[in-house]
Amino acid sequence: MEQLLQEIVAKYNYWLYIILMMIGLYAIISKNNLIKKLVGMNIFQTAIILFFISISYKEQATIPIIRNAHGPGHVSPEAIQATAYMNPLPHVLMLTAIVVSVATFGVALAIAVKVYGEYETLEEDEIRTRIREKIK
Amino acid sequence: MHWQIDLFILTLVIVCALAAINVRDLLGAAVLFGAYSFLMCLLWAIMGAVDVAFTEASVGAGVSTVFFVAAVFQTTRRSKD
Repeated sequence: MEQLLQEIVAKYNYWLYIILMMIGLYAIISKNNLIKKLVGMNIFQTAIILFFISISYKEQATIPIIRNAHGPGHVSPEAIQATAYMNPLPHVLMLTAIVVSVATFGVALAIAVKVYGEYETLEEDEIRTRIREKIK
Repeated sequence: MHWQIDLFILTLVIVCALAAINVRDLLGAAVLFGAYSFLMCLLWAIMGAVDVAFTEASVGAGVSTVFFVAAVFQTTRRSKD
């Protein structure tokens, strides 16, 4: 029991990311308003991005810019230590993911505005009843 | 990274996320979502991903909040849940 608690506290950030992700999933599944669903989708995406960024973190490392290698005609005199820099690969991947998430958010909002123009509501159950009335 | 700062901002992020999906007013949700994005950007700057933090501050917090507010003004502010 003691050991289990220690494991949970040591990896507290992962647990909080999972909580954040589940908040997003809950909003996607159970919220009735279309825009609320989109906010849930965005929360889900940012939780995953947060997880990837936290993988690249290293204790006692600096941001991934090579030290003593800048200036005119200057070459770094010492060998580059990989442990002295955070891993930049997840950063680059997640940079793309952020741009994609904004694009999906924009397209989804445009579709929501179109749906509002057609049915004059953003609530999912009201849209369903309007569609049923139209069929009849 | 000091774990106290990390934990504090992470708690604020979760509070902001819960508030953004539970508030009844969609414009309020837009503002809370902007605050959520800025706190997220702060978290990434703490973790040393400055490029990601920069992109999130400009694209995530800026542009998507503008999209959100524009969509709310073209539709309605009211929300049932």
